[in-house]
Amino acid sequence: METLMAYVIGTMFGSAVYMLLRRSIVKLVIGLMILSNAANLLIFTVAGLVRGAPPLITEGLLEPATAITDPLPQALVLTAIVISFGVLSFSVVLIHRAYEVVGTDDLDKMKDTDT
Amino acid sequence: MPEKRSSLVQVNTVILHTAALLLLPLQILFSVFLLLRGHDEPGGGFIAGLVATGAVALYLFAHGVESTRRILRFEPQEFLGLGLLFGLASALIGPLVGEPFFTAQWYTLYLGGNTEVKLSTVLLFDVGVYFTVLGALLMVVISLTEAED
Amino acid sequence: MSHLVVIPILIPLLAAALSIVSWRSVSLQRWIAIIATGALLLVSIALLQLTREHGFVVMHMGDWAAPFGITIVTDLLSAIMVVLTGIIGFSIAIYSLATTPEGHERFGYYPLMHRLLAGVAGSFLTGDIFNLYVWFEVMLLSSFALLTLGGERAQMEGAIKYVALNLFSSALLLSAIGLVYATTGTLNMADLGQKLAQVEHHGMVNTLAMMFIVAFGIKAAAFPLFFWLPASYHTPLVGISALFAGLLTKVGVYCLYRFFTLIFTGDVDYTHTILLWGAGVTMLSGGLGAAAQSEFRRILSFHIVSQIGYMILGLALYTPLAIVGGVFYIMHHIIVKTNLFLVSGLVYRLLGSYDLKELGGVYRHRPGVALLFLIPALSLAGVPPLSGFFAKFIIIRAGIEVSAWTITGIALLVGLLTLYSMIKIWVEVFWKTVPENVNTDRLTGAKPDKGLWLLLLPIVGLAACTLFIGLSGQPIYELADAAAEQLLNPALYIEAVLGTQP
Repeated sequence: METLMAYVIGTMFGSAVYMLLRRSIVKLVIGLMILSNAANLLIFTVAGLVRGAPPLITEGLLEPATAITDPLPQALVLTAIVISFGVLSFSVVLIHRAYEVVGTDDLDKMKDTDT
Repeated sequence: MPEKRSSLVQVNTVILHTAALLLLPLQILFSVFLLLRGHDEPGGGFIAGLVATGAVALYLFAHGVESTRRILRFEPQEFLGLGLLFGLASALIGPLVGEPFFTAQWYTLYLGGNTEVKLSTVLLFDVGVYFTVLGALLMVVISLTEAED
Repeated sequence: MSHLVVIPILIPLLAAALSIVSWRSVSLQRWIAIIATGALLLVSIALLQLTREHGFVVMHMGDWAAPFGITIVTDLLSAIMVVLTGIIGFSIAIYSLATTPEGHERFGYYPLMHRLLAGVAGSFLTGDIFNLYVWFEVMLLSSFALLTLGGERAQMEGAIKYVALNLFSSALLLSAIGLVYATTGTLNMADLGQKLAQVEHHGMVNTLAMMFIVAFGIKAAAFPLFFWLPASYHTPLVGISALFAGLLTKVGVYCLYRFFTLIFTGDVDYTHTILLWGAGVTMLSGGLGAAAQSEFRRILSFHIVSQIGYMILGLALYTPLAIVGGVFYIMHHIIVKTNLFLVSGLVYRLLGSYDLKELGGVYRHRPGVALLFLIPALSLAGVPPLSGFFAKFIIIRAGIEVSAWTITGIALLVGLLTLYSMIKIWVEVFWKTVPENVNTDRLTGAKPDKGLWLLLLPIVGLAACTLFIGLSGQPIYELADAAAEQLLNPALYIEAVLGTQP
């Protein structure tokens, strides 16, 4: 399962970078979305995939008797999802406004600030 | 090319119009249910805030920005500020009783019989998250809709 | 345990919430801005005092002991950085009163400024790497919004580059944090300082170190990933530019200092050599980039890049004297660079442009303003007896002591380039006569300007700080020295946070 996930994550990172390198700002934002999802999935996977085990210890025991899931990566991923959600909704508003103001979605034509 | 359609608001049918009116209170009620159910069971401030935003967004699509602003009564950023204040309040209760910031405080109210209500700073924080999510998302949705017009 | 350590984060957060709620009344928001940033400054000074007495101030949020909970902790470096945040925040708040158009104020200028300060203070004070990521995002999201306030064409173009590169670095940081957790099972910085040393797989540790170098390097605008900075910093309101110039990149530098003195110290030959050459090329590319520019704020933006190189150089040499120099440099740089941006805004107010070709004659009509430019400008270039001289002197001496001739030569050369840029600005803006067809009513005082003292006040204050650091540098040097001593003894930090001997 981990191996499969590794390939999935690798593909996601790869396609994210490919999208980031395109000239259209819409594709740039799509690339950023895939990138943040890939990072989340990475955290989720590297911390160990355990199926069907709750992150709980039976009452009275000091350490788990059976396999348990580590709850912390899930908390991290949840936080990261919320943050990337906020950041990406800002980016969508930004490219919309930028398209209106600049009149193009081609990054190669956005050179006003480079000279 | 067809004529440029100025906004989503014009995609409007009687069914959507009526359904949005009826669904809005139901969805808000459901979001409050999710909010109070959180912590021990699935739910919580973030999800509840999203559901509430969904309710308002549906109304927004059906009735337009003007009407939505009217029923909200407050500006989205006021919800946001209120949420932040709730969140900070939950952090500040800890030091009042001499413990570090964010230390959870629990108070149980007994309402006679076997009914008891647990009030906690965790709930206060969730309420804060609820309003912050609602305010922030409404800001985005409303400003995007206004930009379309 | 002291509550004081959390207050520098809570004050701006509270101020942000209050000014959002009172968004209808701009004057109320202005009062909140002044009071909150003033309070932030006072609290941060008190925190620095407390940290000097105790060495470290630690607080475990929610009473969850380290390494399980989130720890908020100051050592001297964090405390110094928070004081600088307070100074810059207060100066910018005063400056903003007279320079922010009404439209910006209505669209949430002040709440965003407070949230930015909260993010910066949070990044300096947290002792948990995931929490650090969260504060980074708080800071970034506010900076995105501040950068695009106003919505002009150049702002949009600059913002797209800024947002894209910073989000890329955030994703990288997040991945690195996930991998660190997978490798060691902890997120607490002090605990990591112990546990990463025990990881057997050295290749993995070095890979992680590289990921953090790149992630923080983008945020600090180090070579080769600095392009977002000169593309965006000259586009927003000058108050916002000055705030960014003073604080944002320095958060990246602070994180490099924290990570590469506390956590990744196992393979110094490898990691710090990369930092060293990164620092050298950063200095050069910033200095050369500035030489090609003819816009006031763009020249200053490129010089942020070159100065970042000096700070990273201090860390990369990794000798006690070099770290002292680096800390001293950060203190000097934040104040001077903010001040230069504020002066550029003052000139803009007098003459209505940032383009060097359309400026001139300031010395003839306003010699006082010219003097206020000269103090930070010469200090940036490293002319004695101003603060920049001592900062550069310590770092270069540290370089000579370890016989790092090439890098020291680059540092000296870039000092010359800085002087060249400052002279260029001086000649074009202050020395030459006013070009024709430029409206000089405000410059000559023909058209009175009531709010001008609000611009002058923070500039004079920051110039006084520069002079103070330069003329009576001993207490500041001792402070930097003590901070460096703590940084080079990570065991002290680990013991303060975890409460055990490592």
